[in-house]
Amino acid sequence: MKTFGKIYMGIIFAVMYLPLLVMVLFSFNESNSTAKFTGFSLHWYEEMLRDSAAMDALKNTLILAVVSTIIATVLGTLAAVGIFGMRNKWFKTGVLSVSNVPMMNPDIVTGVSLMLLFAFVGRMLGAVESLGFATILIAHVTFSLPYVVLNVLPKLMQTDPHLAEAAQDLGSTPVQAFFRVVLPSISSGVVSGALMAFTLSIDDFVISHYTSGSFTTLPLLIYTMTKKRVTPEMYAVCSCIFISVLVLLLIMNLSQVRQAKKAAQVSVLGKK
Amino acid sequence: MTDAKLRGVRERKNRTRKKGVSLLLNFPYLIWLCLFVIVPVFIVAAYAFTDASGALTLENFRKLGVYRDNIIDSFIYALIATAVTLVLAYPFAYFMTKRSQATQRVMMMLVMLPMWMNLLILTYSIMNIMETNGIINNLLAAMGLGKIQMINTPGAVVFGMVYNYFPYMVLPLYSVLSKIDPALLEAAADLGSGGLSRFRRVILPLSMPGVISGITMVFVPSVSTFYISQKLGGTSVNMIGDVIESLVNRVSTRNLGAMLSLVLMVVILICIMIMNRFSDEEGGIML
Repeated sequence: MKTFGKIYMGIIFAVMYLPLLVMVLFSFNESNSTAKFTGFSLHWYEEMLRDSAAMDALKNTLILAVVSTIIATVLGTLAAVGIFGMRNKWFKTGVLSVSNVPMMNPDIVTGVSLMLLFAFVGRMLGAVESLGFATILIAHVTFSLPYVVLNVLPKLMQTDPHLAEAAQDLGSTPVQAFFRVVLPSISSGVVSGALMAFTLSIDDFVISHYTSGSFTTLPLLIYTMTKKRVTPEMYAVCSCIFISVLVLLLIMNLSQVRQAKKAAQVSVLGKK
Repeated sequence: MTDAKLRGVRERKNRTRKKGVSLLLNFPYLIWLCLFVIVPVFIVAAYAFTDASGALTLENFRKLGVYRDNIIDSFIYALIATAVTLVLAYPFAYFMTKRSQATQRVMMMLVMLPMWMNLLILTYSIMNIMETNGIINNLLAAMGLGKIQMINTPGAVVFGMVYNYFPYMVLPLYSVLSKIDPALLEAAADLGSGGLSRFRRVILPLSMPGVISGITMVFVPSVSTFYISQKLGGTSVNMIGDVIESLVNRVSTRNLGAMLSLVLMVVILICIMIMNRFSDEEGGIML
Protein backbone atom coordinates (compact mmCIF):
# COMPACT_ATOMS: atom_id res chain seq x y z
CA MET A 1 0.00 0.00 0.00
CA LYS A 2 2.80 2.37 0.90
CA THR A 3 4.74 1.89 -2.32
CA PHE A 4 1.52 2.12 -4.31
CA GLY A 5 0.80 5.44 -2.64
CA LYS A 6 4.28 6.70 -3.48
CA ILE A 7 4.01 5.70 -7.13
CA TYR A 8 0.50 7.17 -7.41
CA MET A 9 1.52 10.52 -5.95
CA GLY A 10 4.67 10.53 -8.06
CA ILE A 11 2.68 10.11 -11.27
CA ILE A 12 0.20 12.85 -10.34
CA PHE A 13 2.93 15.29 -9.38
CA ALA A 14 4.76 14.49 -12.63
CA VAL A 15 1.65 15.25 -14.73
CA MET A 16 0.96 18.34 -12.63
CA TYR A 17 4.40 19.78 -13.25
CA LEU A 18 4.85 18.70 -16.88
CA PRO A 19 3.21 21.82 -18.39
CA LEU A 20 5.23 24.02 -16.02
CA LEU A 21 8.41 22.23 -17.04
CA VAL A 22 7.55 22.74 -20.72
CA MET A 23 6.96 26.43 -20.01
CA VAL A 24 10.32 26.94 -18.29
CA LEU A 25 12.22 24.79 -20.81
CA PHE A 26 10.86 26.53 -23.90
CA SER A 27 11.40 29.98 -22.43
CA PHE A 28 15.09 29.21 -23.05
CA ASN A 29 14.48 28.09 -26.63
CA GLU A 30 16.66 29.60 -29.32
CA SER A 31 14.04 29.61 -32.08
CA ASN A 32 10.53 31.01 -31.82
CA SER A 33 8.91 27.56 -31.61
CA THR A 34 7.09 26.43 -28.49
CA ALA A 35 7.05 22.78 -29.57
CA LYS A 36 10.56 22.01 -30.88
CA PHE A 37 13.60 22.74 -28.71
CA THR A 38 16.47 23.85 -30.94
CA GLY A 39 19.03 25.20 -28.51
CA PHE A 40 19.59 27.13 -25.31
CA SER A 41 19.50 30.92 -25.30
CA LEU A 42 18.47 33.83 -23.10
CA HIS A 43 17.16 35.67 -26.14
CA TRP A 44 13.51 35.69 -24.99
CA TYR A 45 14.36 37.09 -21.57
CA GLU A 46 16.13 40.03 -23.21
CA GLU A 47 13.15 40.43 -25.52
CA MET A 48 10.82 40.41 -22.51
CA LEU A 49 12.70 43.22 -20.78
CA ARG A 50 12.62 45.28 -23.98
CA ASP A 51 8.90 44.61 -24.60
CA SER A 52 7.11 47.66 -23.22
CA ALA A 53 3.65 46.05 -23.61
CA ALA A 54 4.58 43.14 -21.34
CA MET A 55 6.24 45.39 -18.77
CA ASP A 56 3.25 47.76 -18.75
CA ALA A 57 0.87 44.84 -18.30
CA LEU A 58 2.96 43.56 -15.40
CA LYS A 59 2.95 47.01 -13.79
CA ASN A 60 -0.82 47.37 -14.33
CA THR A 61 -1.46 43.94 -12.80
CA LEU A 62 0.52 44.81 -9.67
CA ILE A 63 -1.05 48.27 -9.24
CA LEU A 64 -4.54 46.86 -9.68
CA ALA A 65 -3.85 44.00 -7.26
CA VAL A 66 -2.44 46.28 -4.56
CA VAL A 67 -5.21 48.90 -4.78
CA SER A 68 -8.07 46.39 -4.99
CA THR A 69 -6.60 44.36 -2.10
CA ILE A 70 -6.37 47.45 0.14
CA ILE A 71 -9.95 48.51 -0.61
CA ALA A 72 -11.37 44.99 -0.28
CA THR A 73 -9.49 44.33 2.96
CA VAL A 74 -10.61 47.56 4.67
CA LEU A 75 -14.19 47.29 3.45
CA GLY A 76 -14.41 43.56 4.13
CA THR A 77 -12.91 43.74 7.63
CA LEU A 78 -15.27 46.53 8.68
CA ALA A 79 -18.16 44.61 7.14
CA ALA A 80 -17.21 41.43 9.01
CA VAL A 81 -17.13 43.34 12.31
CA GLY A 82 -20.49 44.88 11.45
CA ILE A 83 -22.05 41.57 10.41
CA PHE A 84 -20.71 39.94 13.57
CA GLY A 85 -22.42 42.61 15.68
CA MET A 86 -25.78 42.24 13.95
CA ARG A 87 -28.61 41.20 16.25
CA ASN A 88 -31.24 40.49 13.63
CA LYS A 89 -30.57 36.89 12.55
CA TRP A 90 -32.75 37.13 9.47
CA PHE A 91 -30.96 40.24 8.21
CA LYS A 92 -27.58 38.67 9.01
CA THR A 93 -28.14 35.53 6.94
CA GLY A 94 -29.55 37.71 4.17
CA VAL A 95 -26.42 39.86 4.02
CA LEU A 96 -24.16 36.78 4.20
CA SER A 97 -25.91 35.00 1.35
CA VAL A 98 -25.79 38.09 -0.85
CA SER A 99 -22.05 38.42 -0.12
CA ASN A 100 -21.55 34.84 -1.24
CA VAL A 101 -23.14 35.46 -4.64
CA PRO A 102 -19.91 36.54 -6.43
CA MET A 103 -18.21 33.43 -5.02
CA MET A 104 -20.88 30.98 -6.17
CA ASN A 105 -21.60 32.58 -9.53
CA PRO A 106 -19.45 31.40 -12.42
CA ASP A 107 -16.85 34.05 -13.31
CA ILE A 108 -18.33 34.53 -16.75
CA VAL A 109 -21.73 35.48 -15.27
CA THR A 110 -20.15 37.91 -12.79
CA GLY A 111 -18.10 39.43 -15.61
CA VAL A 112 -21.02 39.75 -18.01
CA SER A 113 -23.33 41.20 -15.37
CA LEU A 114 -20.80 43.85 -14.33
CA MET A 115 -20.07 44.70 -17.95
CA LEU A 116 -23.78 45.19 -18.67
CA LEU A 117 -24.06 47.42 -15.58
CA PHE A 118 -21.10 49.56 -16.63
CA ALA A 119 -22.33 49.75 -20.23
CA PHE A 120 -25.77 50.79 -18.99
CA VAL A 121 -24.45 53.47 -16.63
CA GLY A 122 -21.99 54.64 -19.30
CA ARG A 123 -24.79 55.06 -21.80
CA MET A 124 -26.87 57.00 -19.30
CA LEU A 125 -23.97 59.34 -18.59
CA GLY A 126 -23.25 59.63 -22.30
CA ALA A 127 -19.68 58.37 -21.97
CA VAL A 128 -17.96 57.09 -25.12
CA GLU A 129 -15.88 54.45 -23.35
CA SER A 130 -17.50 53.10 -20.21
CA LEU A 131 -14.77 50.61 -19.26
CA GLY A 132 -11.33 51.32 -17.84
CA PHE A 133 -9.26 51.24 -14.66
CA ALA A 134 -12.17 52.31 -12.43
CA THR A 135 -14.48 49.55 -13.66
CA ILE A 136 -11.89 46.76 -13.46
CA LEU A 137 -10.99 47.99 -9.96
CA ILE A 138 -14.65 47.83 -8.88
CA ALA A 139 -14.90 44.33 -10.36
CA HIS A 140 -11.78 43.09 -8.53
CA VAL A 141 -12.92 44.54 -5.21
CA THR A 142 -16.33 42.93 -5.71
CA PHE A 143 -15.03 39.39 -6.25
CA SER A 144 -12.41 39.71 -3.47
CA LEU A 145 -14.78 41.00 -0.77
CA PRO A 146 -16.47 37.71 0.18
CA TYR A 147 -13.07 36.05 0.70
CA VAL A 148 -12.00 38.79 3.12
CA VAL A 149 -15.30 38.62 5.02
CA LEU A 150 -15.17 34.81 5.23
CA ASN A 151 -11.59 34.90 6.53
CA VAL A 152 -12.26 37.54 9.19
CA LEU A 153 -15.66 36.34 10.51
CA PRO A 154 -14.42 33.04 12.07
CA LYS A 155 -11.63 34.94 13.86
CA LEU A 156 -14.19 37.34 15.31
CA MET A 157 -16.23 34.41 16.56
CA GLN A 158 -13.17 33.12 18.42
CA THR A 159 -12.53 36.40 20.22
CA ASP A 160 -14.23 37.28 23.48
CA PRO A 161 -16.92 39.91 22.75
CA HIS A 162 -16.55 41.27 26.29
CA LEU A 163 -13.02 42.49 25.53
CA ALA A 164 -14.20 45.34 23.33
CA GLU A 165 -16.93 46.16 25.84
CA ALA A 166 -14.39 46.19 28.65
CA ALA A 167 -12.16 48.56 26.70
CA GLN A 168 -15.11 50.89 26.18
CA ASP A 169 -16.10 50.71 29.82
CA LEU A 170 -12.54 51.64 30.70
CA GLY A 171 -13.00 54.82 28.72
CA SER A 172 -11.80 54.16 25.20
CA THR A 173 -13.94 55.23 22.26
CA PRO A 174 -15.39 52.51 20.00
CA VAL A 175 -12.78 53.40 17.37
CA GLN A 176 -9.94 53.05 19.89
CA ALA A 177 -11.40 49.80 21.14
CA PHE A 178 -11.50 48.49 17.60
CA PHE A 179 -7.90 49.35 16.77
CA ARG A 180 -6.38 48.37 20.13
CA VAL A 181 -8.44 45.32 21.07
CA VAL A 182 -10.47 43.87 18.21
CA LEU A 183 -8.07 44.34 15.29
CA PRO A 184 -5.02 42.69 16.93
CA SER A 185 -7.05 39.62 17.79
CA ILE A 186 -8.36 39.15 14.23
CA SER A 187 -5.17 40.20 12.42
CA SER A 188 -4.34 36.69 11.17
CA GLY A 189 -7.75 36.47 9.45
CA VAL A 190 -7.30 39.92 7.94
CA VAL A 191 -3.87 38.98 6.59
CA SER A 192 -5.02 35.70 5.04
CA GLY A 193 -8.04 37.45 3.53
CA ALA A 194 -5.79 40.12 2.03
CA LEU A 195 -3.41 37.49 0.65
CA MET A 196 -6.31 35.68 -0.98
CA ALA A 197 -7.65 38.91 -2.47
CA PHE A 198 -4.20 39.73 -3.85
CA THR A 199 -3.66 36.35 -5.53
CA LEU A 200 -7.20 36.29 -6.93
CA SER A 201 -6.69 39.72 -8.42
CA ILE A 202 -3.33 38.84 -10.01
CA ASP A 203 -4.71 35.64 -11.47
CA ASP A 204 -8.11 36.77 -12.69
CA PHE A 205 -8.77 36.62 -16.38
CA VAL A 206 -12.49 36.08 -17.06
CA ILE A 207 -13.96 38.96 -15.02
CA SER A 208 -11.17 41.32 -16.13
CA HIS A 209 -11.85 40.33 -19.72
CA TYR A 210 -15.33 41.86 -19.51
CA THR A 211 -14.61 44.91 -17.36
CA SER A 212 -11.18 46.19 -18.41
CA GLY A 213 -11.75 48.19 -21.59
CA SER A 214 -8.32 49.24 -22.82
CA PHE A 215 -6.63 48.65 -19.46
CA THR A 216 -4.40 45.61 -19.99
CA THR A 217 -3.28 43.25 -17.26
CA LEU A 218 -0.93 40.31 -17.69
CA PRO A 219 -3.64 37.63 -18.02
CA LEU A 220 -5.41 39.79 -20.60
CA LEU A 221 -2.17 40.24 -22.52
CA ILE A 222 -1.61 36.47 -22.45
CA TYR A 223 -5.13 36.01 -23.79
CA THR A 224 -4.60 38.33 -26.76
CA MET A 225 -1.23 36.72 -27.43
CA THR A 226 -2.57 33.16 -27.31
CA LYS A 227 -5.19 34.07 -29.91
CA LYS A 228 -2.32 33.99 -32.38
CA ARG A 229 0.74 31.80 -31.93
CA VAL A 230 2.66 32.50 -28.75
CA THR A 231 6.39 33.14 -28.86
CA PRO A 232 8.57 31.82 -26.03
CA GLU A 233 8.64 35.40 -24.71
CA MET A 234 5.31 34.81 -22.92
CA TYR A 235 6.82 31.67 -21.40
CA ALA A 236 9.77 33.76 -20.20
CA VAL A 237 7.42 36.23 -18.46
CA CYS A 238 5.48 33.39 -16.81
CA SER A 239 8.66 31.56 -15.79
CA CYS A 240 9.77 34.69 -13.96
CA ILE A 241 6.43 34.79 -12.13
CA PHE A 242 6.73 31.08 -11.36
CA ILE A 243 10.21 31.51 -9.86
CA SER A 244 9.11 34.49 -7.72
CA VAL A 245 6.09 32.58 -6.40
CA LEU A 246 8.29 29.56 -5.68
CA VAL A 247 10.81 31.67 -3.74
CA LEU A 248 8.03 33.42 -1.84
CA LEU A 249 6.40 30.12 -0.85
CA LEU A 250 9.77 28.64 0.17
CA ILE A 251 10.50 31.63 2.41
CA MET A 252 7.06 31.43 4.00
CA ASN A 253 7.44 27.69 4.50
CA LEU A 254 10.93 27.97 5.99
CA SER A 255 9.86 30.66 8.44
CA GLN A 256 6.92 28.48 9.47
CA VAL A 257 9.24 25.52 10.06
CA ARG A 258 11.62 27.71 12.05
CA GLN A 259 8.76 29.04 14.17
CA ALA A 260 7.48 25.52 14.81
CA LYS A 261 10.98 24.42 15.83
CA LYS A 262 11.38 27.38 18.14
CA ALA A 263 8.02 26.69 19.74
CA ALA A 264 9.03 23.05 20.24
CA GLN A 265 12.34 24.11 21.83
CA VAL A 266 10.60 26.54 24.15
CA SER A 267 8.14 23.91 25.30
CA VAL A 268 10.96 21.42 25.91
CA LEU A 269 12.88 24.02 27.92
CA GLY A 270 9.74 24.87 29.83
CA LYS A 271 9.35 21.24 30.89
CA LYS A 272 12.90 21.14 32.23
CA MET B 1 -31.64 53.70 41.48
CA THR B 2 -31.13 50.07 42.38
CA ASP B 3 -28.27 48.04 41.00
CA ALA B 4 -30.51 46.00 38.71
CA LYS B 5 -32.09 49.11 37.24
CA LEU B 6 -28.67 50.62 36.66
CA ARG B 7 -27.49 47.50 34.89
CA GLY B 8 -30.59 47.56 32.71
CA VAL B 9 -29.98 51.16 31.67
CA ARG B 10 -26.37 50.42 30.85
CA GLU B 11 -27.22 47.35 28.85
CA ARG B 12 -29.81 49.22 26.83
CA LYS B 13 -27.30 51.97 26.18
CA ASN B 14 -24.73 49.40 25.12
CA ARG B 15 -27.15 47.74 22.79
CA THR B 16 -28.15 50.92 20.98
CA ARG B 17 -24.51 51.93 20.77
CA LYS B 18 -23.62 48.54 19.31
CA LYS B 19 -26.48 48.63 16.84
CA GLY B 20 -25.39 52.06 15.62
CA VAL B 21 -21.76 51.03 15.26
CA SER B 22 -22.66 47.82 13.44
CA LEU B 23 -24.82 49.69 10.94
CA LEU B 24 -22.20 52.37 10.43
CA LEU B 25 -19.49 49.78 9.72
CA ASN B 26 -21.74 47.87 7.38
CA PHE B 27 -23.05 50.85 5.51
CA PRO B 28 -20.31 51.10 2.84
CA TYR B 29 -20.33 47.35 2.39
CA LEU B 30 -24.11 47.11 2.07
CA ILE B 31 -24.09 49.86 -0.54
CA TRP B 32 -21.32 48.05 -2.40
CA LEU B 33 -23.29 44.79 -2.33
CA CYS B 34 -26.41 46.54 -3.64
CA LEU B 35 -24.63 48.39 -6.44
CA PHE B 36 -22.28 45.68 -7.67
CA VAL B 37 -23.91 42.38 -6.69
CA ILE B 38 -27.67 42.84 -6.60
CA VAL B 39 -28.15 45.50 -9.28
CA PRO B 40 -26.03 43.62 -11.90
CA VAL B 41 -28.21 40.52 -11.45
CA PHE B 42 -31.29 42.61 -12.17
CA ILE B 43 -29.58 44.23 -15.15
CA VAL B 44 -28.79 40.80 -16.61
CA ALA B 45 -32.45 39.88 -16.12
CA ALA B 46 -33.53 43.16 -17.70
CA TYR B 47 -31.33 42.51 -20.76
CA ALA B 48 -32.59 38.92 -20.94
CA PHE B 49 -36.24 39.99 -21.11
CA THR B 50 -35.75 42.78 -23.68
CA ASP B 51 -34.52 43.05 -27.27
CA ALA B 52 -31.75 45.28 -28.63
CA SER B 53 -34.10 48.27 -28.87
CA GLY B 54 -35.17 47.87 -25.24
CA ALA B 55 -38.70 46.55 -25.82
CA LEU B 56 -40.02 43.87 -23.49
CA THR B 57 -39.94 40.42 -25.11
CA LEU B 58 -39.68 36.69 -24.45
CA GLU B 59 -38.03 36.12 -27.83
CA ASN B 60 -34.61 35.48 -26.21
CA PHE B 61 -35.96 32.60 -24.17
CA ARG B 62 -37.63 31.09 -27.22
CA LYS B 63 -34.17 30.79 -28.78
CA LEU B 64 -32.98 28.72 -25.80
CA GLY B 65 -33.65 25.55 -27.82
CA VAL B 66 -30.97 26.56 -30.34
CA TYR B 67 -28.35 26.28 -27.60
CA ARG B 68 -29.75 23.14 -25.98
CA ASP B 69 -26.87 20.98 -27.21
CA ASN B 70 -24.24 23.44 -25.95
CA ILE B 71 -25.85 23.48 -22.53
CA ILE B 72 -26.15 19.68 -22.34
CA ASP B 73 -22.56 19.23 -23.60
CA SER B 74 -21.22 21.67 -21.00
CA PHE B 75 -22.92 19.81 -18.19
CA ILE B 76 -21.74 16.41 -19.46
CA TYR B 77 -18.12 17.57 -19.84
CA ALA B 78 -18.15 19.29 -16.45
CA LEU B 79 -19.73 16.26 -14.75
CA ILE B 80 -17.18 13.87 -16.25
CA ALA B 81 -14.30 16.21 -15.35
CA THR B 82 -15.61 16.59 -11.78
CA ALA B 83 -16.02 12.84 -11.34
CA VAL B 84 -12.52 12.11 -12.71
CA THR B 85 -11.01 14.83 -10.50
CA LEU B 86 -12.75 13.43 -7.41
CA VAL B 87 -11.63 9.86 -8.13
CA LEU B 88 -8.02 10.99 -8.70
CA ALA B 89 -7.86 13.52 -5.87
CA TYR B 90 -9.42 11.45 -3.09
CA PRO B 91 -6.66 8.80 -2.83
CA PHE B 92 -4.09 11.55 -3.44
CA ALA B 93 -5.34 13.58 -0.46
CA TYR B 94 -5.63 10.41 1.61
CA PHE B 95 -2.04 9.30 0.91
CA MET B 96 -0.91 12.84 1.74
CA THR B 97 -2.30 12.58 5.27
CA LYS B 98 -0.25 9.40 5.84
CA ARG B 99 3.05 11.27 5.52
CA SER B 100 5.16 13.03 8.14
CA GLN B 101 4.24 16.62 9.03
CA ALA B 102 7.24 18.03 7.16
CA THR B 103 6.49 16.06 3.97
CA GLN B 104 2.84 17.09 4.16
CA ARG B 105 3.84 20.74 4.31
CA VAL B 106 6.09 20.40 1.25
CA MET B 107 3.41 18.49 -0.67
CA MET B 108 0.82 21.11 0.21
CA MET B 109 3.13 23.73 -1.25
CA LEU B 110 3.63 21.66 -4.40
CA VAL B 111 -0.14 21.30 -4.83
CA MET B 112 -0.75 25.01 -4.36
CA LEU B 113 2.09 26.24 -6.56
CA PRO B 114 0.31 25.61 -9.91
CA MET B 115 -2.75 27.46 -8.55
CA TRP B 116 -0.67 30.62 -8.56
CA MET B 117 0.15 30.19 -12.22
CA ASN B 118 -2.18 31.61 -14.79
CA LEU B 119 -4.72 29.14 -16.15
CA LEU B 120 -4.25 30.54 -19.65
CA ILE B 121 -0.55 29.84 -19.86
CA LEU B 122 -0.89 26.36 -18.34
CA THR B 123 -3.64 25.52 -20.82
CA TYR B 124 -1.52 26.87 -23.65
CA SER B 125 1.37 24.74 -22.46
CA ILE B 126 -0.88 21.65 -22.46
CA MET B 127 -1.86 22.58 -25.99
CA ASN B 128 1.83 22.66 -26.97
CA ILE B 129 2.27 19.21 -25.50
CA MET B 130 -0.78 17.66 -27.20
CA GLU B 131 -0.74 19.40 -30.57
CA THR B 132 -0.56 17.54 -33.89
CA ASN B 133 3.00 18.87 -34.27
CA GLY B 134 3.44 19.19 -30.54
CA ILE B 135 5.89 17.77 -28.05
CA ILE B 136 4.41 14.28 -27.63
CA ASN B 137 3.97 13.78 -31.34
CA ASN B 138 7.51 15.06 -32.00
CA LEU B 139 8.81 12.53 -29.50
CA LEU B 140 6.76 9.76 -31.11
CA ALA B 141 8.06 10.75 -34.53
CA ALA B 142 11.65 10.72 -33.25
CA MET B 143 11.08 7.16 -32.04
CA GLY B 144 9.72 6.25 -35.47
CA LEU B 145 6.11 5.93 -34.34
CA GLY B 146 3.00 7.41 -35.91
CA LYS B 147 1.25 10.54 -34.68
CA ILE B 148 -1.79 10.41 -32.46
CA GLN B 149 -4.61 12.93 -32.53
CA MET B 150 -5.05 14.37 -29.03
CA ILE B 151 -5.87 18.02 -29.43
CA ASN B 152 -9.35 19.16 -30.49
CA THR B 153 -11.02 16.14 -28.93
CA PRO B 154 -13.51 16.05 -26.03
CA GLY B 155 -10.90 14.05 -24.10
CA ALA B 156 -8.43 16.93 -24.31
CA VAL B 157 -11.05 19.34 -22.94
CA VAL B 158 -11.80 17.04 -20.00
CA PHE B 159 -8.05 16.64 -19.37
CA GLY B 160 -7.66 20.43 -19.36
CA MET B 161 -10.42 20.80 -16.78
CA VAL B 162 -9.10 18.01 -14.56
CA TYR B 163 -5.58 19.42 -14.79
CA ASN B 164 -6.51 23.03 -14.00
CA TYR B 165 -8.99 22.37 -11.17
CA PHE B 166 -7.28 19.38 -9.50
CA PRO B 167 -5.78 21.47 -6.65
CA TYR B 168 -9.23 22.90 -5.85
CA MET B 169 -10.43 19.35 -5.18
CA VAL B 170 -7.35 18.25 -3.23
CA LEU B 171 -7.35 21.16 -0.78
CA PRO B 172 -10.83 20.69 0.78
CA LEU B 173 -10.40 16.89 0.77
CA TYR B 174 -7.04 17.12 2.48
CA SER B 175 -8.34 19.53 5.09
CA VAL B 176 -11.19 17.18 6.16
CA LEU B 177 -9.15 13.97 5.89
CA SER B 178 -6.28 15.32 7.97
CA LYS B 179 -8.69 16.19 10.78
CA ILE B 180 -10.06 12.65 11.16
CA ASP B 181 -8.98 11.30 14.53
CA PRO B 182 -6.93 8.09 14.02
CA ALA B 183 -8.44 6.82 17.28
CA LEU B 184 -11.80 6.55 15.49
CA LEU B 185 -10.27 4.18 12.94
CA GLU B 186 -8.62 2.15 15.68
CA ALA B 187 -11.93 1.93 17.49
CA ALA B 188 -13.64 0.77 14.30
CA ALA B 189 -10.94 -1.86 13.80
CA ASP B 190 -11.26 -3.01 17.40
CA LEU B 191 -14.98 -3.39 16.87
CA GLY B 192 -14.18 -5.73 14.02
CA SER B 193 -14.61 -3.72 10.83
CA GLY B 194 -12.25 -4.42 7.95
CA GLY B 195 -10.42 -1.94 5.75
CA LEU B 196 -13.26 -1.46 3.28
CA SER B 197 -15.97 -1.02 5.86
CA ARG B 198 -13.78 1.38 7.86
CA PHE B 199 -13.51 3.48 4.73
CA ARG B 200 -17.22 3.27 3.92
CA ARG B 201 -18.55 3.81 7.42
CA VAL B 202 -15.98 6.11 9.04
CA ILE B 203 -13.66 7.88 6.59
CA LEU B 204 -16.13 8.57 3.79
CA PRO B 205 -18.97 10.03 5.92
CA LEU B 206 -16.52 12.21 7.84
CA SER B 207 -14.98 13.53 4.63
CA MET B 208 -18.34 14.36 2.99
CA PRO B 209 -18.13 18.14 3.62
CA GLY B 210 -14.78 18.21 1.80
CA VAL B 211 -16.18 16.13 -1.07
CA ILE B 212 -19.13 18.50 -1.46
CA SER B 213 -17.04 21.67 -1.46
CA GLY B 214 -14.48 20.09 -3.79
CA ILE B 215 -17.21 19.10 -6.25
CA THR B 216 -18.61 22.66 -6.22
CA MET B 217 -15.17 24.20 -6.67
CA VAL B 218 -14.42 22.04 -9.72
CA PHE B 219 -17.86 21.83 -11.31
CA VAL B 220 -18.75 25.55 -11.40
CA PRO B 221 -15.62 26.79 -13.23
CA SER B 222 -15.64 23.71 -15.50
CA VAL B 223 -19.21 24.11 -16.68
CA SER B 224 -18.73 27.80 -17.48
CA THR B 225 -15.23 27.75 -19.00
CA PHE B 226 -14.55 29.09 -22.45
CA TYR B 227 -10.76 29.26 -22.64
CA ILE B 228 -10.08 25.56 -22.04
CA SER B 229 -12.60 24.48 -24.65
CA GLN B 230 -11.31 27.06 -27.14
CA LYS B 231 -7.69 26.00 -26.86
CA LEU B 232 -8.01 22.24 -26.33
CA GLY B 233 -11.35 21.50 -28.00
CA GLY B 234 -10.97 23.64 -31.11
CA THR B 235 -14.14 23.58 -33.14
CA SER B 236 -15.14 20.11 -31.94
CA VAL B 237 -16.35 21.37 -28.58
CA ASN B 238 -18.61 24.38 -28.19
CA MET B 239 -19.58 24.94 -24.59
CA ILE B 240 -22.09 27.32 -23.08
CA GLY B 241 -19.22 29.60 -22.01
CA ASP B 242 -18.01 29.84 -25.63
CA VAL B 243 -21.52 30.75 -26.77
CA ILE B 244 -21.98 33.43 -24.11
CA GLU B 245 -18.52 34.84 -24.86
CA SER B 246 -19.21 35.20 -28.58
CA LEU B 247 -22.77 36.53 -28.10
CA VAL B 248 -21.91 39.14 -25.47
CA ASN B 249 -19.03 40.59 -27.45
CA ARG B 250 -21.39 41.83 -30.18
CA VAL B 251 -23.85 44.54 -29.14
CA SER B 252 -26.57 43.14 -31.43
CA THR B 253 -26.63 39.74 -29.66
CA ARG B 254 -25.95 41.02 -26.15
CA ASN B 255 -29.51 40.35 -24.97
CA LEU B 256 -29.27 36.75 -26.05
CA GLY B 257 -25.98 36.40 -24.15
CA ALA B 258 -27.59 37.93 -21.07
CA MET B 259 -30.43 35.38 -21.31
CA LEU B 260 -27.93 32.48 -21.43
CA SER B 261 -25.97 33.96 -18.49
CA LEU B 262 -29.17 34.19 -16.48
CA VAL B 263 -30.09 30.58 -17.30
CA LEU B 264 -26.57 29.39 -16.39
CA MET B 265 -26.66 31.30 -13.11
CA VAL B 266 -30.07 29.95 -12.09
CA VAL B 267 -29.18 26.35 -13.01
CA ILE B 268 -25.90 26.49 -11.07
CA LEU B 269 -27.54 28.06 -8.01
CA ILE B 270 -30.14 25.27 -8.04
CA CYS B 271 -27.35 22.66 -8.33
CA ILE B 272 -25.49 24.19 -5.38
CA MET B 273 -28.66 24.30 -3.29
CA ILE B 274 -29.40 20.65 -4.01
CA MET B 275 -25.80 19.73 -3.13
CA ASN B 276 -26.00 21.60 0.16
CA ARG B 277 -29.32 19.95 1.03
CA PHE B 278 -27.71 16.59 0.20
CA SER B 279 -24.74 17.26 2.47
CA ASP B 280 -27.04 18.37 5.30
CA GLU B 281 -28.95 15.10 5.06
CA GLU B 282 -25.72 13.13 5.04
CA GLY B 283 -24.72 14.93 8.21
CA GLY B 284 -28.08 14.12 9.76
CA ILE B 285 -27.71 10.42 9.07
CA MET B 286 -24.17 10.49 10.36
CA LEU B 287 -25.23 11.98 13.68
